[in-house]
Amino acid sequence: MLMKGNEVIGEAAIRAGCRYFFGYPITPQTELAEYLAKKMPKVGGLCLQAESEVAAINMVLGCNASGERAFTSSSSPGVSLKSEGISYIIGSDLPCVIVNVQRGGPGLGGIQPAQSDYLQATKALGHGDQHFIVLAPAYVQEIATLMGEAFDLADIYRTPVMLLADGALGQMMEPVDFEAKKQRTLPEKTWAACGHGNKREHNVVNSLYISPEVLEQTVLARFERYKLIEEKEVMYDGYMTEDADICIVSYGITARIAKTAVKAAREKGIKAGLFRPITLWPYPKKQLSALADKVKKFLVVEMNMGQMVDDVKVATDCRRPVEFFGRTGGIIPTPDEILAKIEEMNGGAD
Amino acid sequence: MVVFDKPKALTNAPFHYCPGCTHGIVHRLVAEVIDEMGIEGETVGIASVGCSVFSYDYFGCDMIQAPHGRAPAVATGVKRSHPDNFVFTYQGDGDLAAIGTAETVHVGTRGENITVIFINNTIYGMTGGQMAPTTLLGQVTTTSPYGRKKEIQGNPIRVVEMLSTLDGTAYAERVAVDCVKNVINAKKAIRKAFEVQKNKLGLSIVEVLSTCPTNWGLSPEKAIEWLRENMMEHYPLGVYKDLTKEAAENE
Amino acid sequence: MSNILLAGFGGQGILFAGKQIVLAGMKLGKNVSWLPSYGPEMRGGTCNCSVIVEDEPIGSPLVTKPDILLAFNTPSFDKFESKVVKGGMLFVDSSLVSKKSERDDIKAYYIPATELADENGLPGMANVIMLGFIVKKTGLFDEEFFKESLNSGIPASKAHLAAANHKALEIGFGYEC
Repeated sequence: MLMKGNEVIGEAAIRAGCRYFFGYPITPQTELAEYLAKKMPKVGGLCLQAESEVAAINMVLGCNASGERAFTSSSSPGVSLKSEGISYIIGSDLPCVIVNVQRGGPGLGGIQPAQSDYLQATKALGHGDQHFIVLAPAYVQEIATLMGEAFDLADIYRTPVMLLADGALGQMMEPVDFEAKKQRTLPEKTWAACGHGNKREHNVVNSLYISPEVLEQTVLARFERYKLIEEKEVMYDGYMTEDADICIVSYGITARIAKTAVKAAREKGIKAGLFRPITLWPYPKKQLSALADKVKKFLVVEMNMGQMVDDVKVATDCRRPVEFFGRTGGIIPTPDEILAKIEEMNGGAD
Repeated sequence: MVVFDKPKALTNAPFHYCPGCTHGIVHRLVAEVIDEMGIEGETVGIASVGCSVFSYDYFGCDMIQAPHGRAPAVATGVKRSHPDNFVFTYQGDGDLAAIGTAETVHVGTRGENITVIFINNTIYGMTGGQMAPTTLLGQVTTTSPYGRKKEIQGNPIRVVEMLSTLDGTAYAERVAVDCVKNVINAKKAIRKAFEVQKNKLGLSIVEVLSTCPTNWGLSPEKAIEWLRENMMEHYPLGVYKDLTKEAAENE
Repeated sequence: MSNILLAGFGGQGILFAGKQIVLAGMKLGKNVSWLPSYGPEMRGGTCNCSVIVEDEPIGSPLVTKPDILLAFNTPSFDKFESKVVKGGMLFVDSSLVSKKSERDDIKAYYIPATELADENGLPGMANVIMLGFIVKKTGLFDEEFFKESLNSGIPASKAHLAAANHKALEIGFGYEC
């Protein structure tokens, strides 16, 4: 099936059993809401256009709190508006899926593809001690599998999961197969506030703990779960890293552009490779650290000003030089630009 | 023989509300209505931010605590996925009429089948007595220390009047809990609001004029007097919208 | 196999034409991708579309150095003509673009697709005429196969246009310049 990335997000959500979508129009992800507005009624679901991104994320909060799979989507400026709700969802230990089809910023920025929400997504989208899972697809096919995973991971760990895409991935069409997804065992949602039916104690979904001792305990318990996620749910991909001297670290659409550059570099006899984190949180630290034993230099490539560079330095303990190449403001780097940077670094190595 | 007992729909958690605060009365009225309708098992309450945030500990039904102002949006998410449940929000004036105005208006425009219990006491209680959107002109608060002036802080907002203009609002009434007669009437209004929800007619909202003796700096008794003498003039009691009545008259 | 860039004004069917190439490529079991430019203009603005049909998995979906360029207006010609790779092919709608390429390392074809469409009572189908011409000149696909593929690519709401599409395609197949 040939589909647009944005539509694949919607279709994959439906196939994951999600029947509730709450959103607000914003370029470049609006096709998603339009797709769901058509499809949801046909599967007995609901696609509701909220009065704002703020309202949309809170509708998602309510829907998930009552035990249903619901998700929301936006692009960068809209995701900033959702940050409050996401923090509450984390504090309430609710599952939830959020999609960010990134565009250039800050402010209203532009509408062309960007990855400049990396830090926001992986470090501090909302207030408080927190993490959530961030998945970065690089292919339309990967959107399909990762959206399904997102709902499962959210349910298993009772945490928000963000699919971090970009405008190009959302707009582009590629063939997609929706069957390629692993099955997971999901816990029962015994905590859901959907009416106790006089059969159990009342369930309370809340994020408020006035006693600091109690709040600390809830945060510690949450971080135990984060540890588990870091142990079990790291995803990454490698390309020609085995004998690489120069290893590109790149994610999402930029990674596949970098892959083209790696091929071109190999043709020129330069030993380049590509490491692609698929989970941006949890970050594949161990795998990168192991790579640092083999490669001579790292090159981070992103559509931003170098937001992931520090993560690579920390993961590799600064044992190898980490350089950066990126374009920002909505400009997609070309394979040639990346290749030129690889050649420059290769020259420096001699 | 028991002549007076705690409603079943309230838990055993002791209220934290200040002496003389009318939250306790309104909680009780909501719980009595839930008991009388026998719907505790199907009800989900949405607690808002402010003094009443802890209502999630007091109501025996399932409860969700919403971010500040967002209770109507959270309620929408619950109700749309569980249309046969009863869903109510319990919100103060800062939550509902300042930070959550958009969410409030749009449950009205969409005609969400939820019930909003709106506590208007003209002040922010939990944060310690700041000006609310409903603070009266001339009223002194910690952030309007010279009295609210319309030229500076703008005018107090009349919520049920505003919401009654929306097509999706089925029922809007303002009540008070300053005396027995009005408390009985308030309970009738809350019951009616839940009935409206049961019949899926649209948004039902009951605004309750309430007191905040602590932040008003008055004794509970004087606070009740202040409510009657100052609030009722700007916020007249009464039914502002009633689709059930209009429907009956049309027949 | 091919990096193709289709460029023109919004409303000329650039994205549709690109999609037909991708669909045909997919039916042959090739790796394909389709990446449109997108902007605030709904109609009349500039518009282009990167299409890749490859045997290998596709890396960058963005075509910056096309093997095949289709220029449907002068701004697109100006912007992309120099980007065509050596030995590449340039297709120009000469009804709308009066310029000629001065390069001798590419093959350039000029076809008055818009005029041909109008003359044959196929307004708005210059894109399909151009597709037919490109398919023939590049040998990307078998002509009959592409015709069948185009058929299945037409949405149900436009089914009544199937005959017109075929006619347009045939004009493209048969055009000599």
